[in-house]
Amino acid sequence: MNATEVAAPAPREARAPGGRSVFGTVFKARESGIVLALIVLVAFTATQNSRFLSGQSIRDILLGTAILAVLAVGQAIVMITRNIDLSVGSVLGLSAFAVGSLLREHQGLPVIVALLGGLAVGAVCGLLNGVLVRFGQVPALVVTLGTLYAYRGVVYFWAGGQQINADRLPGSFLSFGHESILDIPWLVLIAVIVLVVAGIVLRNYRAGRELYAMGSSPQAAELAGIKVGRNMIAAFVVSGALAGVAGVLFAARFGTIDAAAGTGYELNVVAAAVVGGVAVFGGSGSVWGAGLGALLLTVIGSALAVLDINQFWQQAIVGALILLAIGADRLVAVRVAKALKKRASHV
Amino acid sequence: MSDKGTRPAWLSRLASWDAAVIVITVVVLVIASGTVENFGTSRNFTFLLLDLLPIALVALPMTFVIVTGEIDLSVASTLGLTSAVMGDLWDKGMTIESIMPLCVVLGAVLGALNGFFVTVLKLPSLAVTIGTLALYRGLAFVVLGDNAVADFPRAYTTWVTGTIGGGPIPNLLIPLVVLALVFGLVLHATPVGRAVFAAGAGEQAARFAGIRVGRLKFWLYVVSGAVAGLAGVLWTLRYSSARADNGSGLELAVVAAVLLGGVSIFGGKGTLPGVLAGVVLLGTLQNALRLQDVSNEALNIVTGALLIISVLLPNIVTRTRAHLGRRATT
Repeated sequence: MNATEVAAPAPREARAPGGRSVFGTVFKARESGIVLALIVLVAFTATQNSRFLSGQSIRDILLGTAILAVLAVGQAIVMITRNIDLSVGSVLGLSAFAVGSLLREHQGLPVIVALLGGLAVGAVCGLLNGVLVRFGQVPALVVTLGTLYAYRGVVYFWAGGQQINADRLPGSFLSFGHESILDIPWLVLIAVIVLVVAGIVLRNYRAGRELYAMGSSPQAAELAGIKVGRNMIAAFVVSGALAGVAGVLFAARFGTIDAAAGTGYELNVVAAAVVGGVAVFGGSGSVWGAGLGALLLTVIGSALAVLDINQFWQQAIVGALILLAIGADRLVAVRVAKALKKRASHV
Repeated sequence: MSDKGTRPAWLSRLASWDAAVIVITVVVLVIASGTVENFGTSRNFTFLLLDLLPIALVALPMTFVIVTGEIDLSVASTLGLTSAVMGDLWDKGMTIESIMPLCVVLGAVLGALNGFFVTVLKLPSLAVTIGTLALYRGLAFVVLGDNAVADFPRAYTTWVTGTIGGGPIPNLLIPLVVLALVFGLVLHATPVGRAVFAAGAGEQAARFAGIRVGRLKFWLYVVSGAVAGLAGVLWTLRYSSARADNGSGLELAVVAAVLLGGVSIFGGKGTLPGVLAGVVLLGTLQNALRLQDVSNEALNIVTGALLIISVLLPNIVTRTRAHLGRRATT
């Protein structure tokens, strides 16, 4: 454990300052592994069934990835600070239902208001998580496991068994879930914007670097004058806000919203981040990896359907991938620690 | 542990948080019997106990695991997978007498896999058991899909739902009490129990003291899996239904009950009587609310809030005490 904490951030974060090219950034170690897995999976599935590469199928994959990727970006940010947010699926459900109810009453509201509304609902949930973790001084795991059920309970309480159907939602909102601009679906565009903004902030801005420092060693970060508590709450607020946005995207894509919307998503989100190389021990990983992880999970889901394999395998595969990813991460960390030790002994 | 008096550690714990939980539990029981219609009936008492059983059962080994500073979030999925396998084997014509021990062994194997990842590969137990939570539940669906297997032998299903001499106390309470006694004695009166506390209080120190922490944790995961497997068997028999989604979400109730009972999530602290009180408190609140027509789903709010309060409260109490103590000495 100690070796991991010390060594893990070093190799992946100490990138050459000049190496700013997209390829240099994206295709490093873990990320390149996922890209390879994706290529193999897509190629194999396509040879089995050409339907897999049809326009409609690719569209479905991208739309599914968009929602998961927005969640995974928030999760990655929280995990980098050595915390975890298990409540995202419930926050998604709460935001989807809140926005759905709002639009049902006020048909004329523009889409941007819906997005901001979902963002606000999610941010409040995230703030509560962050405050509880910060001032309760209890592990994020327990707090967000608690709020996972509490927020979901609120949705059920509010919904009271009813669901919001597509015919009660304004047409402009539903078309936002399906229409494209310049051939790129709105949902995908929003996910890409979230990814790029979060990626740049984490990589190039002080606030982002502080999160990595906190995750690598909270004590050292504190000593270095980083406002650890405040940053941590901010990370939870961002994760909640993005889950809220994902809730709006969910509502727009599916049109039908019931109290169970997004149930179990937290597993896929954590899996996407972990598979994408975000370490559970904090301090390392990137939102690009998390986005790629989301893409891989979505492609697996649709490949199973195309290959006529029992869909029930999907959850088992998600679990196996989590285990594989943290195992691989451990292996890399141990190797790096050894290499560093060797180098140090020669100096 | 801050208070180092002459009293044994477990007694001083019992005198604080655990005792408070036991008192609160009794108070809630009394208030519920007085105010909630039908709560005090013997029929409801039986149902209450039957509902508590799986939580109490799985909470026994979970207490050990959390005291060592680890966690096992995969228990409910282990329960589901055992239930699914039980249904599948029964469907294929195996006898129930051979299926049941096989299911417990299956649970132990699933627990051993957790233990392997945590102690041999030295991966964080939280991440590992989130992974196996998904894996085991997924495999349960692979085995049984959306099907339910229902026609288990009457002799077993009626015994599991039956009560002692037709009274209010379920038959199943007997094995539970026996197991609780065994687990309690091991935790509080044997070298194994002391090793568990030592490992949770400080792993390095425990290792220097000659405790094989890794091996200890590995076996705790095996036991946790085996008990979850047993819970899967009993669950299936109680509802006469083997389903892949049996026990979904039970891990929350178990972790909530254990923490509510005064076990520290950071390891090293806790008592089994406190945990059992936590189980009863959680179950009583849920049962009483359900009788007042609060929906099952809305109960999530209560469980979630209790989980958060149960980790916050001991922290606040310790900090207030430290604060008062500092004031007293200066």
